[in-house]
Amino acid sequence: MNFPIKYPENNGGMNERIKRLHEQSLNTPATLTIERALIETAFYKENEGKMPIAVLRARNFYEICKKKTIYIGDDELIVGERGPVPKAVPTFPELTCHSVEDLHVLNTRELQPYYISQEDIDTYERVVIPFWKGKTQRERIFNHVSKEWEEAYHNGVFTEFMEQRAAGHTAMDGKMYHRGLLDVKQIIADEIASLDYINDPQATDKEHELTAMSISCDAAILFAERHAELAEQKARECSNPERKAELEKIAEVCRWVPAHAPRDMWEAIQMYWFVHLGTVTELNGWDSMNPGHIDQHLRPFYEKGIENGTLTRDKAKELLSCLWIKFNNQPAPPKVGITALESGTYNDFTNINIGGIDKEGNDASNELSYMILEIQEELHELQPGLSIHISKVTNDDFLLAGCRVIREGNGYPSVFNPDVYVQELVRQGKSLEDAREGGCSGCIEVGAFGKEAYLLTGYLNTPKILEITLHNGVDPNSGKKLGLETGDPRNFKTYEELYDAWKKQMVYFVNMKLAVNNYIERMFSLYAPATFLSLFIDDCIKNGKDYYSGGARYNTQYIQCTGLGTITDSLSTIKKHVFEDKRYTMDELLKAVDKNFEGEEKMRLYIRNHTPFFGNDDDAADDIAVRVYNDLVGAIEGHPNTRGGKTYLNMLSTTCHNYFGSVCCATPNGRLAHFAISDGTSPSHGGDSNGPTCVIKSLGKLDHTKSGGTLLNLRFVPKLLQRDDDLKKFASLIRTYFAYGGHHVQFNIVDTQTLLDAQANPDDYKDLLVRMAGYSDYFNDMNLQLQNEVIARTENDEL
Amino acid sequence: MALIFDIKRYSVNDGPGIRTTIFLKGCPLRCVWCHNPEGLDTKPQRMYTKSKCIGCKSCIEVCKHDVLTLTSDGIKADESKCVLCQQCADVCPSLAMKFGGKEWKMDELMSVIEKERQVMEDSGGGVTICGGEPLMHSQYTLELLQELKKRRFHRAVDTTLFSSAKIVAEIAANCELFLVDLKLMDSERHKFFTGVPNETILANIRMIAENGCDFFVRIPLIEGVNADDRNIDESARFLSSIPWKRKVVNLLPYHDIGKGKHEKLGTQYNPDSIPMAAPSQETQQRCVAQFEQYGIKATIGG
Repeated sequence: MNFPIKYPENNGGMNERIKRLHEQSLNTPATLTIERALIETAFYKENEGKMPIAVLRARNFYEICKKKTIYIGDDELIVGERGPVPKAVPTFPELTCHSVEDLHVLNTRELQPYYISQEDIDTYERVVIPFWKGKTQRERIFNHVSKEWEEAYHNGVFTEFMEQRAAGHTAMDGKMYHRGLLDVKQIIADEIASLDYINDPQATDKEHELTAMSISCDAAILFAERHAELAEQKARECSNPERKAELEKIAEVCRWVPAHAPRDMWEAIQMYWFVHLGTVTELNGWDSMNPGHIDQHLRPFYEKGIENGTLTRDKAKELLSCLWIKFNNQPAPPKVGITALESGTYNDFTNINIGGIDKEGNDASNELSYMILEIQEELHELQPGLSIHISKVTNDDFLLAGCRVIREGNGYPSVFNPDVYVQELVRQGKSLEDAREGGCSGCIEVGAFGKEAYLLTGYLNTPKILEITLHNGVDPNSGKKLGLETGDPRNFKTYEELYDAWKKQMVYFVNMKLAVNNYIERMFSLYAPATFLSLFIDDCIKNGKDYYSGGARYNTQYIQCTGLGTITDSLSTIKKHVFEDKRYTMDELLKAVDKNFEGEEKMRLYIRNHTPFFGNDDDAADDIAVRVYNDLVGAIEGHPNTRGGKTYLNMLSTTCHNYFGSVCCATPNGRLAHFAISDGTSPSHGGDSNGPTCVIKSLGKLDHTKSGGTLLNLRFVPKLLQRDDDLKKFASLIRTYFAYGGHHVQFNIVDTQTLLDAQANPDDYKDLLVRMAGYSDYFNDMNLQLQNEVIARTENDEL
Repeated sequence: MALIFDIKRYSVNDGPGIRTTIFLKGCPLRCVWCHNPEGLDTKPQRMYTKSKCIGCKSCIEVCKHDVLTLTSDGIKADESKCVLCQQCADVCPSLAMKFGGKEWKMDELMSVIEKERQVMEDSGGGVTICGGEPLMHSQYTLELLQELKKRRFHRAVDTTLFSSAKIVAEIAANCELFLVDLKLMDSERHKFFTGVPNETILANIRMIAENGCDFFVRIPLIEGVNADDRNIDESARFLSSIPWKRKVVNLLPYHDIGKGKHEKLGTQYNPDSIPMAAPSQETQQRCVAQFEQYGIKATIGG
């Protein structure tokens, strides 16, 4: 690529207002608020059973919007919080009710605490917990599932997303910027008026749902008006004329949106924020909510404002920064039955998409895309996450601007390939236009923004299934029989016999999970319809059906598989050393695995260093990965779900590969017991030892279009990205991966701590490249003295 | 046929773009600071990493010629008995025992390079032939370059240019870029530190410049060897006196990178303990400024 580096002009960083709001957001601890639970409990006590469930849910939402504490902070321009104050998280007892013990743990745990007063815990125990006993979604699910499912679940064969939270993983298209909720109400009224009670047997259900949707519009409008009232009151009491004017403007904005379509950038941002808050107040969907292609949605407002002189770039950036801080003010709702591994983050996974393509397939990056990169770099917040979308048509300037933020080493932005994910969506039956308007939410999962209900249901631990296969159906970690008796592997004559046995087990567990997934979908349809979210997802209104009941244009269900690297390397080990080279018998290998390679370090090292592993552009291993991947697709894909759509495969892990690793004993690839398994579709830890070009080549052998997303983590040391020329090479590597058909890649630009860790555990860091004088080398290949020297250099950032 | 001791598939500092670098074994120079000592000898060489050795004796058991013994200081080899069958490396579980230097058939080598075609095309990269000293194997290097040309790869040769004018001219006609090392201007001192005088090298640099070849100049910047005011001034004056279009010098601050590799080879780094040190920031900046006076841009690293 021959292009000049052109960085967006940075107009001076954060202003004073943003600095103060940012400080406040960083320094405010996360707390739990019981306000929502109390309003909801009182409402349910009085009204449950008296009205159709959709109307009950909508009126419950209305009640919360009417009664919850309204907050407008000093300095704020964009207003509204999920709790009574920033960083306060409500609970959702109708889905899963925290116990007193849960609340105590959350209040006192060392990592990621959520503070709550003893008084609130007492109130919760007295009022909330007794009412919801036996009626939560979680209890409905666990009362239904089979013993086999429960055993598999508790021992880490798979996880279940919707036993704790509502399905999320959805994102908005641009329609909220063109129509206010009063317009939406009119559309709903027209739909109700045209219901055919004679010929449409579902007309009554539709009427209930549509009525509920209409109530949800009223609720959000009321919520905004309450902010307007508070702003007016604050304006009256305000002695600072500048702030007074701002408060008056806030009131004016809140009187206008979300009732009407926004007229300028301020209103457009506030519109989104009210919609966001509505969806995360109604239910607690995974990945909270996502504005989708916000740089494209806001572009007309920005350009109009600049053109007619009502907006400056600085003002636009300030407003967007206010929104960014709002995202950071919303920690993830904590789970119940807490384990440190499963709820170890405040991040609620809003993943902002910038760049990419427009509906016509053209480069959509614009001035706001650059502005958002600036904001992301300046604020350095935990939330929101950010991804840049790099199509063949994306210009190099934007890619380089994104790489420059990646270089900062915060792990964002991640990078997505629209050319591939549009194909993924089209393959699933979406129209080209809807697919192009799609993108990625949460981690790496794709969806047709504003038109799809894509429900992620939980992770599948593929190495665990191999472990169970190698023990003839028994889980060696718990000693329990979880799987099928596919035979003692010591009697297998060929690798194919072993592979078939694994495949049988895998299909068995996938089917076990699918059956329960469908039950859970029905529970959400029956007990927790999302009547507010449904306003924004086509074609829920037109169909008169809820988001959870098949109202959306596209209805997808995903199972997320993880550990591709670990299972590939394990199968490759058995194939090569047991069946091909006969270096070890199956018995010898399994005995070594069962004692966690204790006393078998020679065997373990031989396996680690003399086996084709995934991620080295070695077909011997990569062919296994492709086969496993295709068989996972075969087992998971195409089953009808309860909403008229189908099931599909996804390949992500979030942090679940740590949890899954913790429940796995040693694996044949020499991975020791309870260590993390590989994440997403990345090579296993230390499995790739030939550099990033080999990793992307191996990954490129998978047909990513068959999935709803794959995940690749790559690690670089900052030295390798220091100069502009380095950045261009780095950028071209992304282009190449995407030319190979890659879906997503994210980078760790590692720090000293990691290098120290790499010294202590070199086997886990075989792929770590560092820059030396005039050339680059693998950290692992250097002696201690050199490593120390590199560590010293990295810190003071000189060459 | 020349031996290859390494193929690096993600090489980002050996010319433009992302490259695959082929390291040929054997070099006529003996620079005391050499960071690739495994590239000096033309024959295959044992490289033993003591810190990786678990003392399992697999190598001793497999050796039919009684070359190896386990001592309190790791494995010791009696190289006079070794027939280079390399079975000891094949069985070593931890890769503590390795051999540097392998013959590659042209088609096998090309199939490795071809794997990176997309990467090279997207990044504007190519193939760099490095060493050792590739011009020591001029015939092989030439064959390699011609094969790469057929396959339309960008070709760079990383060289000291310590070779005959005829060979240099031949290679120049078959590559797009040279990466030329310039070590010292004073021939006596050059001989002291590298084992060879520099007249041939300087004449060749002048020749490729006059012939309009494209080349980078890289100078290992070493306090005590060549970072002094006078040598830098002479280097800059020389480079400004030739018709060289690029006029960019990469200064590579000294590191004792070769030390660890010497340990693996069982050879000694800087046996005469010649004092060498990394140049201070001040020195680096002074050198940059000196080059600037002659209209040459100097960058640190590269």
